[in-house]
Amino acid sequence: MKILIVDDFSTMRRIIKNLLRDLGFTNTAEADDGTTALPMLQSGNFDFLVTDWNMPGMSGIDLLRAVRADERLKHLPVLMVTAEAKRDQIIEAAQAGVNGYVVKPFTAQALKEKIEKIFERVQAK
Amino acid sequence: MALSKDPGQETAQEFEHSLKENARQLVSYLENGEFAEAVLVIHAINQARDRGLYHEVGKLTRALHSAIVNFQIDTTHALEEGNDSSKITDASDHLDYVVKLTDKAANRTMDLVESSAPIVSELGQEAATLRADWERLQRREIAATEFRDLYRRIGDFLAKTEQSSSAVSSQLNEILLAQDYQDLTGQVIKRVITLVHDVEESLVSLVRMAGQVDRIAGIEHGETRATPKKTSSKGEGPQIHADKREDVVSGQDEVDDLLSSLGF
Repeated sequence: MKILIVDDFSTMRRIIKNLLRDLGFTNTAEADDGTTALPMLQSGNFDFLVTDWNMPGMSGIDLLRAVRADERLKHLPVLMVTAEAKRDQIIEAAQAGVNGYVVKPFTAQALKEKIEKIFERVQAK
Repeated sequence: MALSKDPGQETAQEFEHSLKENARQLVSYLENGEFAEAVLVIHAINQARDRGLYHEVGKLTRALHSAIVNFQIDTTHALEEGNDSSKITDASDHLDYVVKLTDKAANRTMDLVESSAPIVSELGQEAATLRADWERLQRREIAATEFRDLYRRIGDFLAKTEQSSSAVSSQLNEILLAQDYQDLTGQVIKRVITLVHDVEESLVSLVRMAGQVDRIAGIEHGETRATPKKTSSKGEGPQIHADKREDVVSGQDEVDDLLSSLGF
């Protein structure tokens, strides 16, 4: 299971990386915005994407749209972990095809639940 | 920031006063047919108006400038890296300092947590193996040679526990100390807030003063164009007062409710 963590703040990437390691996911890579993440996704055989929304360069929602528009990536499960908390934005992300949405500040428990739920759903397909 | 409560008021009165004087003179020149003199008076009126405007703009600009210049605190001593000659002189540098400090504290805390975690988990694992053997001992399932080994292992474990707990507790202490950024950044942020407030006040004064000038000069402005709506793709960052707003969720539970209402 290879996971890409995209956030412009290195501390947040590190927190997510640590939480994922606690959950048993040790194979992770990091990118600081959508512009650097997209080529990594296209060439890196990732199984899961965790992304922030608000980033310089390409934002998380644009990255999500680019992933869904890419023939080879469109089934990649995407979890959004973001401070964006407007209802419109959550609906926008859902419409863009997000698989889970976690608002910051979040707990380890919330992250774990969402990730497990996404994998359950992916495996059921 | 020292600014008069009603900027432009004085200038306006002065201008009105000179306008009255000049108007009388203008009428008398016109009645006497001295048109060249009349034109000069009109010119003088215009000049007085412009002078008042420039005077007020100049005053406010100076006040704004001094607010920004006075915004200086020397925070270099608190920054370990970077050259010591660099004086932090403006708000964005101050906020950069806040970002740097919080970043440093977060990474320091995570370093310490990451180095403590394996110590604790190793201790836990050893305790678990020892306890299993200990229970066997209690059930008298242990041979004499094995007992001697267990005896030694328990001694080692106790020494190690003592050592590890002192290591972990010193790291916990350092985690505590790493939180000192809150005090430092809090002070800096408060100063930035004061600056922003001062600048805002000056701008309001400037707007009010411009209104006075418009009134004197009889200028009317067309409708100001509405600012274009921000696109959502960039994101807005954390929402303040989320609990008081209808269009914002206040936590993960509301996100889950919203998504499940959308069929997630």
